[in-house]
Parts: sequence; structure tokens; C-alpha cells
Amino acid sequence: MNVPENLHYAESHEWVNPENPDAAPVGISDHAQAELSDVVYLELPAVGTVVSRGDSIAVIESVKAANDIYSPVSGEIVEVNEALVEAPEPINTDPYESGWMVKIKLSDTSEIEGLLDSAAYQKILS
Amino acid sequence: MNRSPLHEKHLELGARIVPFAGWEMPIQYTGIVAEHHAVRKDVGAFDISHMGELEISGKTSGLFLNGLLTNDVSALSDGEGQYTLMLNGEGGVIDDLILYRLDSERYFLVVNASKIDEDISWITSQLEPGISLTNHSDGYGGIAVQGPNAVALWEALEPGMPLPKRNGISESPLGMVLCRTGYTGEDGFELFDSVDRIGEWFDRIVAAGAMPCGLGARDTLRLEKGYPLNGSDLDGAHTPLEAGLGFFVKLDKPDGFTGSDALLAQKESGLPSRLVAVKLTGKAPPLRHDYEVADPSSGAVLGKLTSGSLSPTLGVGIGMAYLPPAFAKVGTQFSILIRGREFPAEVVKKPFV
Repeated sequence: MNVPENLHYAESHEWVNPENPDAAPVGISDHAQAELSDVVYLELPAVGTVVSRGDSIAVIESVKAANDIYSPVSGEIVEVNEALVEAPEPINTDPYESGWMVKIKLSDTSEIEGLLDSAAYQKILS
Repeated sequence: MNRSPLHEKHLELGARIVPFAGWEMPIQYTGIVAEHHAVRKDVGAFDISHMGELEISGKTSGLFLNGLLTNDVSALSDGEGQYTLMLNGEGGVIDDLILYRLDSERYFLVVNASKIDEDISWITSQLEPGISLTNHSDGYGGIAVQGPNAVALWEALEPGMPLPKRNGISESPLGMVLCRTGYTGEDGFELFDSVDRIGEWFDRIVAAGAMPCGLGARDTLRLEKGYPLNGSDLDGAHTPLEAGLGFFVKLDKPDGFTGSDALLAQKESGLPSRLVAVKLTGKAPPLRHDYEVADPSSGAVLGKLTSGSLSPTLGVGIGMAYLPPAFAKVGTQFSILIRGREFPAEVVKKPFV
């Protein structure tokens, strides 16, 4: 499983890249996309939505089931990846780059400390 | 939880295992969409070891079955099969099954995994002197090989063992059974053999080019063809007439069958509902079991989906629902409620594909 070093992970399998805390991309891990397989539909939140860590921010559907995506951080949704609504395939093929779902302006950067780093996330997968 | 005799093979192939009808079964190997397309365009192999295999024998077994089941058993010759239903006294569905005539005194029934126990106790309660029921379910494993290339695959694998003709059955002296039936709408066959031998068949069939397919693709394939799933689209509260299965219900059999009086009465008074095929008309999420169906003008909830998924062939959400007859006409528009939002849908003709 691909688990990039520069990202931070929630136990519910979302990642966030806090490098730019004003627009931090959030998506789901390689492990999560493999578990879901064949993402066929994505429902994204409205830009401007204020979310708390653990809130449902998106619904992702495979052929078999609908799953909530939870925000790994608190803040405001400043951008959503509209291209995925038309064609969600990058969630499966490129989950850490073009498969990002939303960008969040972090309201509390210290929350990042509470997430898992790459090594710790790999541990819960094994 | 029961385990298929193919369980270890599923794990080796990387299958995801889920509980289904008391069994641990593969839901998918590579992915539902790829497996679905393999069956529509080439050939796939499904583990159906969970399904039940019953045998009814005795000099008058044909007559007995004709009183127990909705289809006309007397229309079968040796080696032929038919889709049929077993009803309760009120005309509700206990199970839908395929009945095969091995010979005039022996019939083979393939029934749903979730209904094996219920079927056996119902049949036992109806048994007549001279008729016996044997449950082969624990001794048999099964593989469904389905798709336009299924027959060619078999002919290359076993040139000396011809498949039965469509809907038919043949048995080998060692007890292996071949049925030219399936649940995908494609040509193909189902192979039942002892749990000791089924693994070797599975290996050979997969090595010959069949893609291993799980229950996920089995569900999308059958739904695209409008085939009902018992426990979802069929139940004890709806008759096969409401389910649109009248073709398999022979109300003109001279001595009737269990439930036939109730069906005749329902025909007389009019059907309270009809199982219709519904399709989303625009960009929308896949449909799911239990989503509510509403009248778009009044907002009144008309019913719930009994099945729902995404059609991999059409790329759109499809499902089935029991609706009042006034809403059951092809082309009728209504809406489906998904997470509080209304999405437009319409009644379409079965099959979807």
C-alpha cells in the first residue's frame, strides 16, 4: 500500500496535507480506495461550509455501498474538486494527487499533531 | 457461519469475504465492475456452493410437485428444467427455484441458500406417502460459469461431456450434475459436484480463462435482467402475480397448486401492487435497497426499493419497487429520495439490459 510520508492520516482512512494551512487538500488513502473499489459517485460539500474534525464532509459510493467521508481536521471548506463529481475515477487511480476531494482552511493547526503519521498509519493497516 | 469448499481458493485469489445467508462468501475479487463486464462480454465463474440442492423422488413425484409449485411440471421431459415458485396458502412466495426432471421418478431442485431450511420444512409438511425428499446441500459444492464464452470454455475443457440444452440438466455416473441455467441473463451452465471434487473444477475453469466473480457482480448482473432476488424482491407478503412472474404461474393446471386459490381471487379483485423496474433519468447516485419512492406532484411516498444498484452496463442507477398499479405503467415519472434529496426516475420495461 502506498502511504506517502508527507501526509497525515485519520483512523477513518482520510489524509490531509497541511503544508498550506489556508487550503489543505483532503482525500482518502490508497488503502481506503482499494477497500471501496470502483468509486462511481461522489457528493461534495458546498464551499464555505464550516466543519469540525470528524464531521461527514462527503459521500462516496461504490457499486455496492455508500460511505461517509469524515473531515480529519476542523476549518472551512475553501475549494472542492468538482472534476471528481463528473468523473470520480482519480479517487481510485490517483488518491493522493488528482483524487483530492476538498481543500480546508485549518482553524486549529495543532489538530495535525493528533493525526497519524505515515508510519503509524501503516501500523494500523497491518 | 458456513464455509464454502472453495473458501481457501477465494482467499488465495484475494477475494473480499462477506457474510451472506449464513455463509462466508466472496463479494468481489478484482472489482464488481470488471467482473460484471467479464460475464457480459466473455466468461466468469461464481461460487454457488451456498445454494441448496434437493431431490424429490417417488413414483408420483411429478404429480406431487405439480401441486406444490406454480409452473407446469407435466410440461417437462427427462433432462429438462423450469423456473418455478413455491407459495404459501395465501399465495405469497416461500421460494423461487429451478426444478429439473432427471427422470419420471426423480426431480432435482436448486433453491436459495437463505431458504433451504424453510423449504425443507414446508415440503416435509406437505409430503405424501411414497414421496421422499433428500437434501444434498451439504454434500455438493457448485460453480456457475456464465457469459457468451462459457460454452466454448466447457467444450475445450471436457470435449467428451456435452452440456445439456438450454434450461436442461445432465448427470454423470459419479454424481456430478450439469445444468444449462444461471442468474445473469447470459448463456452458461452450473456445475454441482461433491465438496471433495468441486475445488479441482474451480481451478480448471479459472485456469481455462473464466474470471472469478463474486456476489457483487452476481447482483448487478441479475438486476440488469430484472430477475428478482428472494428475500428482497420476493417475500411472503407479495404474490408472483404482483412480482410480474405470471408466465411461470400456470393457473389452468387441472388440480391447482398451493396458493392458486389466493392467486385466482387476487386476479379477480385486481393486483394491489406491481413490482416495476425503475431507472434514474439524470445524474444521480446509485440506487439502494429501501430508498423511498415518491409521487413528484404530491410528495406522497408510494413505496420503497426492494433492490437497487448502479447498472455497470448503463452507468445509471436502477432498481425495483412494488408500486400501486396506477404508477406501474412504463414511462410513469416519480422521484426517489436519496439522503433527503429528490432525484427524478421513471418506470421502464424489464429487462434493463
